Amino acid sequence: MGQNIGILAIQGSIIEHEKILQKLHVDYSLVRSKEQLQNLTHIIIPGGESTTMTKLLKDFDMWDVLNEKISVPSGKNKKLKVFGTCAGAILLSKFGMDIKVERNGYGAQLDSFSADLVSKQFPNLKGIFIRAPRFTSHGSDVKVLVTHDNEPVLLEQENMLASSFHPELAHETRIHEWFLK
Amino acid sequence: MEQKNTFELKSGLAQMLKGGVIMDVMNAEQARIAEAAGAVAVMALERIPSKIREDGGVARMSDPQMILDIKKSVTIPVMAKVRIGHFVEAQILENLDIDYIDESEVLTPADEEFHIEKNKFRLPFVCGCRNLGEAVRRIHEGAAMIRTKGEAGTGNVVEAVRHLRKIQREIAELTPHNIKEKAAEYRVPTDIVQAVFEQKKLPVVMFVAGGIATPSDAAMMMQMGAEGIFVGSGIFGAENPEKMASAIVKATMNFDKPEIIAEVSTGLGNTMKSLEIDKLETKFAGR
Repeated sequence: MGQNIGILAIQGSIIEHEKILQKLHVDYSLVRSKEQLQNLTHIIIPGGESTTMTKLLKDFDMWDVLNEKISVPSGKNKKLKVFGTCAGAILLSKFGMDIKVERNGYGAQLDSFSADLVSKQFPNLKGIFIRAPRFTSHGSDVKVLVTHDNEPVLLEQENMLASSFHPELAHETRIHEWFLK
Repeated sequence: MEQKNTFELKSGLAQMLKGGVIMDVMNAEQARIAEAAGAVAVMALERIPSKIREDGGVARMSDPQMILDIKKSVTIPVMAKVRIGHFVEAQILENLDIDYIDESEVLTPADEEFHIEKNKFRLPFVCGCRNLGEAVRRIHEGAAMIRTKGEAGTGNVVEAVRHLRKIQREIAELTPHNIKEKAAEYRVPTDIVQAVFEQKKLPVVMFVAGGIATPSDAAMMMQMGAEGIFVGSGIFGAENPEKMASAIVKATMNFDKPEIIAEVSTGLGNTMKSLEIDKLETKFAGR
């Protein structure tokens, strides 16, 4: 079964995600139109500004298409798998993932931080949090994969994976591998 | 162990802004317009550059109250300008807990000899440059983001083009044999120039600024290799700021799609009042 991986390329940490996928030797495309959304099996929503991405997704008729592909299996295709980092996690909370997200929940830039995270799946994981969103609650279907100070920072629900930190800035490939497995 | 205010975190925020448009705003209302139009950040300042030119006199950091009002009105990052070398203005901005400081030639320089020692601050800085030497000196001082200077407040993109081309040419001219010599010429440690040579780009994010007045200006700079766009007077100096702001954002995202740039360039009304650079009394870029 072929994978067709896209990176949403409106703005943000696009090139950083590209570099991770290149390290993993997987092919991908940059997605900037609704046509380019059509045949994807996976999409990565990078870090950036969620208000900017939301506005432009709507302006270019991508919002509804993306929302539908994430929530409904179409024909013989399964639901689109999505990995959202930072701003991408905020968008996932609007695309039906059962999580509550507080924008800039850790504060402004002076409160941006990096830290060693706690995880069974990903030992020795470093998290880079930049004006990061904070996961304030999540539904019972949502699995916590990584925590920091006992709060979730990487969450998974069915086809959706959301991180409040930036693995793409830490040259970390394991979470992308998990997403593509 | 938790770490804060490292260079990785400072330059990381600039990495998140890539591909976006940062807009000059003079009050909370304009900041909300910029955010709604899709700006990735706002630059709070009392007067847009075209107005500074018109008014003359000394241009300084904005009133903290105005910056705080803007900060309260948006969720996107807030930047503000300080005069070149004015480290106390920078201390004030850090105290206001905004997101980025622009040590800017658009304001009247406070020190003709030294820039701010930016490494001493917890907040990240963006600085202007006209060439590779200026860029690496600012990075050595601690700048976590660079923008070309262009000639702010003119609505004329020619200087922004000149500065971007110059930097790209100077990067292309680096070889393993001239790195030491270039580092000496630029008055910076060799490792910074080495990093530029290896990456074939600056080691921090580089936006373009100064004179961008239309969606096509923004798209041209992006096609030429800019990582993002600052628009100063081009938005709130235009006849229809909301439309212009949204159009420049769409053109920056779709910089290589002429059909979209054509569509968003249609019916925008008058652009900002433009100025001939040869007739300027004060060129900001030389500061």
